[in-house]
Amino acid sequence: MIAAPWMRDSLESFISLGIPFTERNMKLKPIFAAVSIATFSSALLAADMAKEMTVVSWGGAYSNSQLKAYHEPYMAANAGFKIINDESSNEAVAKLRAMAEAKNITWDLVDVEGPDSQRLCDEGLAMEMDFDKDLAAGTDGSTPTKDFGASLINKCFIPQIVFSTTFGYRTDVADWNGKKPEDLCAVFDTKTFPGKRSLEKRPKKNLEWALLCDGVEKEKLYEVLSTPEGVDKALAKLDTIKKDVVWWSAGAETPQLLADKEVVIGSTYNGRLFDVIEEKKQPVAMLWDYQIFDFDGWVVPANLPEDRKARVLDFLKFATDTQRLADQAKYISYGPARASSQPLVGKHATLGIEMAPHMPSNPENAKRFLVNNIEWWSNNEDEMNKKFEAWLAK
Amino acid sequence: MEQIQTPHGVPLKKQIARALFKQKVRALLLIAPLLIFILITFVIPITDMLLRSIDNSIVSDTLPQTTTVLETWDASTGELPDEAAFAALYHDLKQAIEQKNHTKLGTRLNYESSGMSSLFRKVGKDVSKMQEGISYKEQFIAADKLWGNLKTWTLLKVYSPKYTNGYFLAAIDMKKTADGAEMLPASERIYLNLFARTLFMSLVITGLCLVLGYPIAWLLANLPMRTSNLLMILVLLPFWTSLLVRTSAWKVLLQQQGVINDILVWLGVVSNTGRLELINNQFGTLVAMTHILLPFMILPLYSVMRTIPPAYMRAAKSLGATDWTAFWRVYFPQTIAGIGAGAILTFILAIGYYITPELVGGTQGTFISNRIAYHISSSLNWGLAAALGTILLTLVLVLYWVYDKIVGIDKVKLG
Amino acid sequence: MSQTQGTQPFVLFDNVQKSYDGITLVVKSFNLGIDKGEFITLLGPSGSGKTTCLMMLAGFETATHGDIFLDGRSINNIPPHKRGIGMVFQNYALFPHMTVAENLAFPLEVRGFSKAEREDKVRKVLDMVQMDKFGGRRPAQLSGGQQQRIALARALVFEPSLVLMDEPLGALDKQLREHMQFEIKHLHEKLGITVVYVTHDQSEALTMSDRIAVFNDGIVQQLAKPADLYERPTNAFVAQFIGENNKLKGRVKTLTGDTALVEFADGQQAEALAVNCKGVGQPTLCSIRPERVRIGSQASLYATEGQVIELIYLGDHIRCRMSVYGDDSFIVKIPNAGDGTMLSVGQTIKVGWDKNDCRALDA
Repeated sequence: MIAAPWMRDSLESFISLGIPFTERNMKLKPIFAAVSIATFSSALLAADMAKEMTVVSWGGAYSNSQLKAYHEPYMAANAGFKIINDESSNEAVAKLRAMAEAKNITWDLVDVEGPDSQRLCDEGLAMEMDFDKDLAAGTDGSTPTKDFGASLINKCFIPQIVFSTTFGYRTDVADWNGKKPEDLCAVFDTKTFPGKRSLEKRPKKNLEWALLCDGVEKEKLYEVLSTPEGVDKALAKLDTIKKDVVWWSAGAETPQLLADKEVVIGSTYNGRLFDVIEEKKQPVAMLWDYQIFDFDGWVVPANLPEDRKARVLDFLKFATDTQRLADQAKYISYGPARASSQPLVGKHATLGIEMAPHMPSNPENAKRFLVNNIEWWSNNEDEMNKKFEAWLAK
Repeated sequence: MEQIQTPHGVPLKKQIARALFKQKVRALLLIAPLLIFILITFVIPITDMLLRSIDNSIVSDTLPQTTTVLETWDASTGELPDEAAFAALYHDLKQAIEQKNHTKLGTRLNYESSGMSSLFRKVGKDVSKMQEGISYKEQFIAADKLWGNLKTWTLLKVYSPKYTNGYFLAAIDMKKTADGAEMLPASERIYLNLFARTLFMSLVITGLCLVLGYPIAWLLANLPMRTSNLLMILVLLPFWTSLLVRTSAWKVLLQQQGVINDILVWLGVVSNTGRLELINNQFGTLVAMTHILLPFMILPLYSVMRTIPPAYMRAAKSLGATDWTAFWRVYFPQTIAGIGAGAILTFILAIGYYITPELVGGTQGTFISNRIAYHISSSLNWGLAAALGTILLTLVLVLYWVYDKIVGIDKVKLG
Repeated sequence: MSQTQGTQPFVLFDNVQKSYDGITLVVKSFNLGIDKGEFITLLGPSGSGKTTCLMMLAGFETATHGDIFLDGRSINNIPPHKRGIGMVFQNYALFPHMTVAENLAFPLEVRGFSKAEREDKVRKVLDMVQMDKFGGRRPAQLSGGQQQRIALARALVFEPSLVLMDEPLGALDKQLREHMQFEIKHLHEKLGITVVYVTHDQSEALTMSDRIAVFNDGIVQQLAKPADLYERPTNAFVAQFIGENNKLKGRVKTLTGDTALVEFADGQQAEALAVNCKGVGQPTLCSIRPERVRIGSQASLYATEGQVIELIYLGDHIRCRMSVYGDDSFIVKIPNAGDGTMLSVGQTIKVGWDKNDCRALDA
């Protein structure tokens, strides 16, 4: 009933029309069908597998940055080797599980967000790494473990970038009488900053922001959220702006809504806002206050055949070294996950602007921030989701 | 009665059966590809879904000794299980950790109780540090207080059996406890409401499709060939456009700064500050889905109407009926078969829709399928997704049965 | 005709025209008066405009020009359901979702008859068409002839004074058709209703009608009683359309009174009744019914020689094709009187007819 094939076709044509459709939570492709397709393609390619590698990522500008920074240099250095790109990261977890159940893993390397890597690791669907052995040391001589530092959130996850979810606002709202939002709580202040807001249609991040603006200290956030009263408190705060909220489920929506003047302020990934501000030249500005950091990186599917595993590890060592991670920032405004890459971040490849000020980790932008609490959310997301959905439906 | 025999003494019946056998085999071979196709793409996935919605073997498979010991434990005493249970847990977990199954179990149990996910993730390290000879009970509780919590053990006991109705209970906003099933607190109930909304909105969409589609179908069936062909192309045109493009087009039209609001402001119907909310709510879903499903209503109606000769209406009028009476008493009853077919088709398609509600439904216009999709691809709670899907399937079958009782399925015709 | 006239016919078509596309006229200047109680048939080949005339009378088509009067009132602007005209359709148009009784009660219901009255009338009309056992059946459960009777009953049940029938017997087999012809005729006589009947079947028209209007090409070619139509066709189309007919092509030599001397292709001459010939020197078509031709010793007046080309034995008569006045398709019907009149192919024999049976018509 859900997996009507013509829906899938429409999806494909939607993507081919160039409309961005790559963010997580836009989980529309029926996974069972996708698995069977994947099964066929693997059978066809089985003969020369070691010469090929299927890399799964988010598509769009993000995949392009990886192509330029990692894939092309690697293929240049390894003649006869080919990378097949798949843009299924938004449903990677479900597909990997389906592949594992079908005992037919067709992917070699998958780009996922931190929380998803945790899930994959817990489910035994991703391979555990030995970071110091499998990855290259930093150019400053630091071991990978030290160089990646806090971004190594579990044994399966090889970080690439730091991104953040933060707010953008229109700079030309007449009703604001010349005032500009300066902190997060402007989002909840509909008196000073009237107009619609866009927020992601899930509890994560919204509950934290609501509590912060309801006077809860940053350190006590999850302690408060772990009590039913705390959740009620957060939802009560969201209630104050509920009628002004447009809920999004794809990262591309907020930039579009801002550009269409449908909302005056909205949350999304910082790279999306960079695109709207610097490339599309829309009258939109960043509100970095209490941006929430997340990591995005690679996982290797568990139980790969030896020849494919060897290839993937070879590629990973190359693609996550200091220079390669710094290179990626030339194409997209996400910060490299290695400390040693930071000084190497240069100018944007086409716009020619300095990228450092646009990085979430830039000290000016990161005066106040949160880091996605993967552990807490892995325990509580289901329950929070139920409460959030019940609240939405009220 | 005497058996008729062929000249060779073989009973006639046997002879006929023999003659027909070849035909039957050939017929079977001819439909075999379809049969296999349906088996693989339809029967197996549905059976799989049904099984998943009750399958709970992961608990007893991962913790075989513990679940056996817990059989004799009575949660209602309010006391923790004894040392034997903890020892069994230790041995089970040791085994599970070796096979890296413990985190999987944690994920599974976390669907039922928050915190299980990290408890089982952590236990990997905890168990490796535990020593034999000292009370396991004390060591577990020292490692994590949750092991000393009655709720944890009740959960393990409740979910020990290989099959569970837990997913189905969750799908109707209930919860499995040691004392049986109970309703979730009001702040966590979502599914019953969603089922009701899905049914209600699907009915409204079906109704809208009928009201809008009936006159169009009538025109199609009664206009001269050339004009009706053109109209038919207009009806079918949406089919040739991608679903997502169509839905996005509705966004452009209906949003607050969109075309329709712009026109209304220009006409002075609404003020610039009072622009109407036409999307991201139930209205948006109704409009977009009615548009998308309209052809599924029009086509069966059209094919039925085409078979009704104009002479009936003329006959009715010549007998003294006004235009309305002639339509209502003579024409309309003959189109009921088409209405039935169109309504069933539209309703069943509507009830399982999820892309359009997801994109234009906001918070009030989403369907149960959106939650199913969420559990399939995001929360990975496939058991619950399967239970929700099974309930949806059952609902559709029940409605189909009711429909058959009221209207009669033999009355449905597609042309 | 004027509408103020005291003895205006029951139904009157006054110079009615009909065009669908604004270019060609389907009905060209149609004039017809129908008296109360009359059985009138509109007869003609398909596309001749007869059905259009019926539909205009019923109200399903509007006249492009001219007036139609019913019982002295112009009905041009009266919608069909208010005209009170009963109608029987080609394929009966019995409502498939209603039982026979419901079908019959329908016109009564829309006229606001009480339930008791409805039941009473339905029973009576079922009796009348001898279908009293079938009230509870659906039309699909009836045979063609039974459906036909119900359609007839439905058109009669609300007691209209005018009933229109659009090729009502077209879908029945020959035997049933002939049987129904009589039944309709009897009902007409019994009830005293006025019937306008459309058909393309000439024998049906001849059997049933008081008068027949023969249509062709949008105009009435001849309006006459069946016997007149057969015996005294006024033009070549009617002569040809009604019954079998020998046509001898010739040219008018002289014209005296109602007698024309016609010269045929082979140079021979014969006298004929001048009905519709243009004048001396003009071409004409002489029409002689095959059964009016006499041969051999019976051929007295206007006799000529004919050669037998073909003989077909048909039981009650023998069909003889021969060459007469240079025409090889001249048919003679010889009654099988058992008197031993034996012909053989190739034989030359005397052929003749009454002068009045040879009608000189337009060519």
